[in-house]
Amino acid sequence: MRLERDVIYIILASLLLMVAIPWMAGTLSEDIFFEWPFFFEVAIGGLLSGVMYSLVALGFVLIFKASGVFNFAQGAMVLFSALTLVGLNEMGLPMWLSVIVTLLVMLVLAIAIERVVLRSLVNQEHIILFMATIGIAYFLDGFGQTIWGSEVKNLDIGFSQEPGFYFDGLILINDFDLIAAVIAGILVIVLALFFQYTRIGRALRAVADDHQAALSVGIPLKHIWVIVWAVAGIVALVAGIMWGSKLGVQFSLALIALKALPVLILGGFTSVPGAIIGGLLIGAGEKLAEVFIAPMIGGGIEDWFAYMLALAFLVFRPQGLFGEKIIERV
Amino acid sequence: MKINKVKTGIIAAAVGMASLISTPTVMAADAQYIGSLVYRTGPYAPGGIPWADGFADYINLLNERDGGINGVKLNLEECDTAYNTDKGVECYERLKNNGPTGMPAVMPLSTGITYALLDRVVADKIPLITSGYGRADAADGTIFPYVFVPPATYWGGADIAINYMASEEGGYDNLKGKKIALVYHDSAYGKEPIKTLEALAGKHGFELSLFPVPHPGLEQKATWLKIGRQLRPDYVLMYGWGVMNATAIKEAAAVNFPREKFIGIWWSGNDVDMVPAGKAAVGYKSLQFNGVGADFDVHKMIKQVLYANGKGSADSEAGIGEVAYNRGLQSAVLLTEALQGAMNEFGNKPVTGEQVQWALDRLDIDEARLKAIGAEGLFDPIKLSCADHLGKGRAKITQWDGTQWKAITDWIQPNNEMLDVMYKESAAAYAKEKGITPRACN
Repeated sequence: MRLERDVIYIILASLLLMVAIPWMAGTLSEDIFFEWPFFFEVAIGGLLSGVMYSLVALGFVLIFKASGVFNFAQGAMVLFSALTLVGLNEMGLPMWLSVIVTLLVMLVLAIAIERVVLRSLVNQEHIILFMATIGIAYFLDGFGQTIWGSEVKNLDIGFSQEPGFYFDGLILINDFDLIAAVIAGILVIVLALFFQYTRIGRALRAVADDHQAALSVGIPLKHIWVIVWAVAGIVALVAGIMWGSKLGVQFSLALIALKALPVLILGGFTSVPGAIIGGLLIGAGEKLAEVFIAPMIGGGIEDWFAYMLALAFLVFRPQGLFGEKIIERV
Repeated sequence: MKINKVKTGIIAAAVGMASLISTPTVMAADAQYIGSLVYRTGPYAPGGIPWADGFADYINLLNERDGGINGVKLNLEECDTAYNTDKGVECYERLKNNGPTGMPAVMPLSTGITYALLDRVVADKIPLITSGYGRADAADGTIFPYVFVPPATYWGGADIAINYMASEEGGYDNLKGKKIALVYHDSAYGKEPIKTLEALAGKHGFELSLFPVPHPGLEQKATWLKIGRQLRPDYVLMYGWGVMNATAIKEAAAVNFPREKFIGIWWSGNDVDMVPAGKAAVGYKSLQFNGVGADFDVHKMIKQVLYANGKGSADSEAGIGEVAYNRGLQSAVLLTEALQGAMNEFGNKPVTGEQVQWALDRLDIDEARLKAIGAEGLFDPIKLSCADHLGKGRAKITQWDGTQWKAITDWIQPNNEMLDVMYKESAAAYAKEKGITPRACN
């Protein structure tokens, strides 16, 4: 991936603003508490939250890369995979076996989606495929709860959720968030290598550009779709495990898709690194805004500020920071 | 084209089956119809299911054990709102004319649906019962003749929480200079206690800080960094809902805020909220307007009459006694006692909403009656009147020990002297806005 100069400028400018605005707010307003250790605590907490958003955003990026379709069902896949994992574990399967069986379930789901839904929609308008994913989302939400029940389930993967104090106790960082960041980082590296250096990765990019053209040069579209939905299922399971152990496994897990949308807008729908950088910028931006700007306007701005931030980036990069620039001849 | 026909057929069959699933009731001409708005589906289903089970179990208990009320069988029909205001209104409109006399009362289980129904219930003459939610000022029965808010209101809950904090500190005088934070769901519900807390802050000299959490509250790191690392309050009061509750408790633990100083309103104190919070929830406190536990006679009766014969609403007995289950029971007791009052007055036959409103205006569930029901100590006695649609408005403080809630106080009485003035002022403003002439209550 080659970084364009304006992307570097935009990232540097946004980082500068993320430091300057809280500092200025703290200097000018008595309502704002600003100290450098507290600033770094909020910024690091935000970056680590951002990694959790990226985990969800990755699943969207994978499907979009393969089919050019925004997969409305990604949040539902996170819920479904987590419900399946915990359900199997509650049935008496050890956790490692539950993970393996859940991975198989997600593979079967990918095959079923390709066979039942996508196969008959080859070369249809993207909006048709998008509508199909809405159907898949509602089906998975309901089906998952029908099988595994609607009650809240605890998912304890054994990681400490206690606060950790660093830099002579000046900065508090949650250990769980650090572990989640490492896991997300490993996942991103694996996916980036997969798309960059494997035949499947290249075939996938070709499919994203044009279904018919890809078919005409012998790329097996059906297999590609199964693979990409299965990989998105694996990403959903990882996100489900991390978010599920944070929030409990319950219907609300499906709503974490809302946290991924500004990440996608900012990072671009087609870039794995974009999902990561976007997640970091959104995570840090929204947390800094909530702590250092919100007190001046009543608080509770975290969610909508993330979208506003993403839209501000679109002014300078309509395709998102790392999105592909689409030029069509007319 | 053949495949398309098959697909169309499957979709048509699915739609047909879905419509059948949503109407499970059998209409009986001589039975008392009860329409119940529940949410067994949607994001808040984990809290809605035990409530619906508790409500249905008590109705079924009366049918199985006593043959209904005064010999009149009860015919329960549920409509699933998924905690969605639009669906709630749709459910109300669909159910209100069912049965021989229509729906005798509506319990919408949602502040949003409550607000949407306020005008409709007056026009339809159907009492609206909102236990622990909805409009607090509807305690004034002269302006809200068809709205009933027992056993407690959000405003009363805020007052009880401050009352408890004062007792922990050794008296109201010691609250002076203390810092109290309100973490609230950024909605009409979450904002309800602000006015009361501001009045109490002015009266007792504590510093109130407000922390709104946008719906659904999946991410609260910034909020809790402000609370735990910057403000460092003496107490945190939470008016949360759904996933926001467990997330807040976990984030409180993440910034080392003591859970013993963290108190939630009753909607932040369900068992299902504690499960995902795990160890982080140990020590957390919550107000409850109903008792906790499953050791009361009414529970034993439900197990014996229903669950032992495979007639329980829930899959197993495990959920009996959960906070939300007990709340469902309490709502069913409230409604059926009003139905009985109406039948005693108007004859042992299905009664209308207007007749139930008459009975609710005179509802008196005292200790002796609670004992007869098997719920002595589980619920606080309730006595309503034409002007008072609330009753005492009391609640207990409970604490989560890692597996269950334990009551750590007796019923705490809110400062109704101050609250009554606030209820009346707010209700009078509503009456003026709507052009309502207060009814005379003598």
